[in-house]
Amino acid sequence: MQNEKRFNVKEFFMKLFKRQIFIPIAALLLLALFNLIVDPSFYRITLGYNSAGDPVLSGYLMTILDYGSELAILAIGMTLVTSASGGQDISVGAGIAIAGSVILRVLCGTNSRPETLQAPIIVAFLVSCVVAMLFGAFNGALVAYFKIQPMVATLILFTAGRSIAAWINNNELPIVSDPTFSYFGGFIPGIPIPTPFFIAVVCMIVIALVLKFTNLGLYTQAVGINESSSRLNGLNPAFIKFLSFVILGLCVAVAGLIKVSRLSSINYSVIAKDIEMDAILAVALGGNSLSGGKFNMTASILGAYVIQFLTTTLYKFNVQSDALPAYKAVVVIILVVLSTPVVRDYLSGLGKKLNLKRNVKEVG
Amino acid sequence: MKKKILAAIMAAVMVLGLTACGGAKETASSGSAGGSGDLIKVGIINNDPNESGYRTANDKDMKNMFTEANGYQASFAYSLKNDEQITAAQKFIQDGVDYLLLSAADTAGWDSVLKDAQDAGIRVILFDRTIDADPSLYEASIVSDMAKEGQNAVDWLKAQNLSEYNVIHLQGVMGSAAQQGRTGALDAAVAAGEMNIVTQQTAEWNAEKAQQIVQSVIDSGESFNVIYAENDDMAKGAVAALDKANISHGVGKDVIIMGFDCNKWALEELKAGNWNFDQQCNPFQAGYIDEIIKKLEKGETISEKTIVMDEKGFDATTITDDDVNNYGI
Repeated sequence: MQNEKRFNVKEFFMKLFKRQIFIPIAALLLLALFNLIVDPSFYRITLGYNSAGDPVLSGYLMTILDYGSELAILAIGMTLVTSASGGQDISVGAGIAIAGSVILRVLCGTNSRPETLQAPIIVAFLVSCVVAMLFGAFNGALVAYFKIQPMVATLILFTAGRSIAAWINNNELPIVSDPTFSYFGGFIPGIPIPTPFFIAVVCMIVIALVLKFTNLGLYTQAVGINESSSRLNGLNPAFIKFLSFVILGLCVAVAGLIKVSRLSSINYSVIAKDIEMDAILAVALGGNSLSGGKFNMTASILGAYVIQFLTTTLYKFNVQSDALPAYKAVVVIILVVLSTPVVRDYLSGLGKKLNLKRNVKEVG
Repeated sequence: MKKKILAAIMAAVMVLGLTACGGAKETASSGSAGGSGDLIKVGIINNDPNESGYRTANDKDMKNMFTEANGYQASFAYSLKNDEQITAAQKFIQDGVDYLLLSAADTAGWDSVLKDAQDAGIRVILFDRTIDADPSLYEASIVSDMAKEGQNAVDWLKAQNLSEYNVIHLQGVMGSAAQQGRTGALDAAVAAGEMNIVTQQTAEWNAEKAQQIVQSVIDSGESFNVIYAENDDMAKGAVAALDKANISHGVGKDVIIMGFDCNKWALEELKAGNWNFDQQCNPFQAGYIDEIIKKLEKGETISEKTIVMDEKGFDATTITDDDVNNYGI
């Protein structure tokens, strides 16, 4: 009886180990455990009031939910792009600069420091969505119809994007003084949980519904796994790839709204700097193959929060912030090495050997 | 067939796009070639104006000064990369400009091209940034003294006579001249035991990073009463984090906010009493350059090679509306 139970537990772990989502969960547990041992006060959450007198929850966990949200939103789009095209979009940071610049341009009009908003925020947001999706479509068209490598195609916007963003606002740095605009990157009065998290949750629900009730997920994976066989089965691979870039454009616009709302302003050269690398890392950390094909959206989103968990942990321990990329690089190296066929074969071989030994013992 | 044409057009557009992003951007402004007889030809090599508010103000100042109305025919080249700047310099030398004005992206690698300029009889004036080259290769260099800026700020802080100084120090991109100068003075005060550092981190001139770093200190529950941010953007990020945690800041409040560069919006914060101190980093070198060129044209010699600009510090309690309008960038 007992023997059987142990077997079940083992099977359960083996199953979990094989599941893709195991990688981000393991990373999360590792970080959580580390913080628990070194300093349990990491998990303290306090209810306080911000300077406007509204209740807010604060603490490291809230910081993670807050700042990890843009990354989670980007990870949604990046996962689809990675799956369909087998490459990554490196222009999302520049895209955020453009989307944010458009929002401020619509809100402020020609005056860079208006007393009142020149347009409703929703209008500004919708305009920025259209613009970001157009830039996404530009990337998508290069990749899907001209068959340019995604990284090369998006390199164009990566280099030019921030200049375009500056040009949209005539190189001025608009500042929005209306307090309602800061709700998107801060707190809505009366709700103590940071708004970016709610926005991220809405995005997750939308993508979950889309994946459940449409064939987007299936088609995307089919195109990523084998383009020509998916074409033979009646799909249009070019359009699916194109679509994935447009969806990423939408994600970029949402992330851009949060980013500019945080400070009610923008700095073209540094806003969302290097965020593309974090977004790609989130996809990788989710155990998704960076060369396309099958994907797990939940794992990617979890991966994004794990990255923020890592960042916040490092800040807590006063690690020099210019050394952060080095720590992230270590994570990437481990992930990449673990996912190579050589190591995988070796690991599964090791597992088989152990099993074999035990069987021999039992027989003996 | 249609597709092929479309592909060709797209390819052409792309190539154009790439060269536009790749090369040093050059714009010849103001002036027909014919009327350049009595105009002084200047070639201006600057960093990308999008880099920061400082650079935008600097570029605007240059463009306002070197116009035909003021007797100049100016060409501009922008790049953040040294090699592209050097290529632009070579082109200006071939074009036969009278003066080469240079804000170098990097300190090294300028010797040979400046020698070429000298051989061609072109006079070089450095602004904003110095280079590692023999001083005989240029006429003058107009710079900010970053160490003095830092010293100014730290002196002001000392004069506040707080019972204790617990400082959050937000640094710029490590290794940049501005970071080294502004960090140096504070580090000296800390080493002398006059101040206590709660955290010292680089936020790389980035407001979002600064916000996260300060957030992290607030989350840890450590107490602090000074934020020393090496530029205005980072001070702004820090203030956003303080607002979220309901920590009061500004004149007569719990936390002292210090910034650098004197952006206009930052001086407005100062005027409103939300910040305490802002140290100027003067981007208006064009006037100094103009003066030097006028002297050289008259055949006078320049006595001082290195000209350090006047830079002010502004205290929230004494700043006036005129200061905001005159010194805000």
